[in-house]
Amino acid sequence: MNNLLEIKDVDLIIGQRQLLQQINLQLAAGEILTIIGPNGAGKTTLIRVALGLLEPTSGSVIRQANMSIGYMPQRLHLDPTFPLTVKRFLSMDRKRPAAELEKALTEVGAAHVLASPMQGLSGGELQRVVLARALMRNPDLLVLDEPVQGVDVHGQIELYQLITRIRDQRGCAVMMVSHDLHLVMAATDRVICLNQHICCSGTPDSVTNDPAYVELFGPQAVKQLAIYTHDQNHHHDACSDCCHRGERCAR
Amino acid sequence: MLDDFLFRALIGGLGVALIAGPFGSFVVWRRLAYFGDTLAHSALLGVAFGFLLEINLTFGTLIICQVLALLLFVSQKQRLLSGDTLLGILSHGALSLGLVALAFMEDVRVDLVAYLFGDILAIGTADLGWIFGGGGLALVGLIILWKPLLAITVHEDLAQVEGIAVDRINWTFLALIALTVAVMMKVVGLLLVTSLLIIPAATARRFAGNPEMMAVAASLIGCIAVGGGLIGSFYWDTPAGPSIVVAACLIFIASLLLPKRVG
Repeated sequence: MNNLLEIKDVDLIIGQRQLLQQINLQLAAGEILTIIGPNGAGKTTLIRVALGLLEPTSGSVIRQANMSIGYMPQRLHLDPTFPLTVKRFLSMDRKRPAAELEKALTEVGAAHVLASPMQGLSGGELQRVVLARALMRNPDLLVLDEPVQGVDVHGQIELYQLITRIRDQRGCAVMMVSHDLHLVMAATDRVICLNQHICCSGTPDSVTNDPAYVELFGPQAVKQLAIYTHDQNHHHDACSDCCHRGERCAR
Repeated sequence: MLDDFLFRALIGGLGVALIAGPFGSFVVWRRLAYFGDTLAHSALLGVAFGFLLEINLTFGTLIICQVLALLLFVSQKQRLLSGDTLLGILSHGALSLGLVALAFMEDVRVDLVAYLFGDILAIGTADLGWIFGGGGLALVGLIILWKPLLAITVHEDLAQVEGIAVDRINWTFLALIALTVAVMMKVVGLLLVTSLLIIPAATARRFAGNPEMMAVAASLIGCIAVGGGLIGSFYWDTPAGPSIVVAACLIFIASLLLPKRVG
């Protein structure tokens, strides 16, 4: 009822390819939803449909009216010839006082880069700066496409912690895509496992025990996961409530 | 001391360089060099088109460039082919089609070299009208679109999510570039149009701390190149268009020797 975002029976076919099949999902205020799946599973495509950048072939996407969205795209490809400082990047939509910019950067732990050129940032710094720009829009919904891409493992843990903290402090919902199976599990309320269709969904615990998940990522990946969750006892239990209408990955 | 035609050439060249600076900056930021080439190469087809309909040749060029810009926009949107391949086909296809079309017109004798490499010394008052009227219009349009275009340059999807009408602005931008290219053709010729867009902009990058500074610096550097090229052409009797491009290249090389601006 009170969902920020609701995706109903969405199919997306471009050319001859079915990119998304029968996607149903809801996102409530304050919730962190993570979409995981292998390469080419349609994770970014689903995000783009949710944002309204792509029209679904059938089905509907309902976004709450007047919802403010902060978006962090997968990668910024800034040409080295483009002279853009972090300061300018953060005030592209309108002029903002320096104090506001500093506050936004401080929130994401990147206050020291304000005067740096965008192309001179490390992977982690760049992601934080892009996140700061999204946050300055005071989003009800934060959409993050692979937020930890190009960041080392230590930095990834920090970024996920930062995202959780932002949600806790601001109460915004977060919809993010992740490539990685392990670190993200600690930072999310609900996981959707995508491979064109939704293979399984639920809490991180239930999804990682789901046979469809094991099938999609292979037993090796699941075994590695145990290291991160410190939970070696239940990982062969089948999950009953997380499977989306009993579907399984057909492979 | 300046002959009248030399004066017109200088004024026309400076006008073109002023317009080319900001447009060239976007061309390098958005990696559109090949794109500009394609538009420029289609200009010869526009000349043929102009002869065929017996209309003003610059106007004919303008129409063909606009049609091609629209075609490029639509085919990129539809993701028909990878960008480079599509541009390669259109670019050389249009150039060759233009040459063939001109060859078919038996009663038309054109100075091909003038179209390929420019004929700045033959600039008339009507051409000056095109440069300052058409080019000025393009520049005003670019200034109006400046902010959203910068946002799109950073990331198209991000701009769209933040409420910018990306398609409409991209399309308008292409139309403005097509207008610029059509106007620039007279000065440096269709084979060298892109060079006057990208070389001054690339040179300006070293001295610019923000996009506006780079656009203005590119205009100034373009003006110096035009002045230098024309003087060289006058003293050594070299073709004017290529001399301007050589001057731009020399300035670029010289700029590499200067210390880079910090920050």
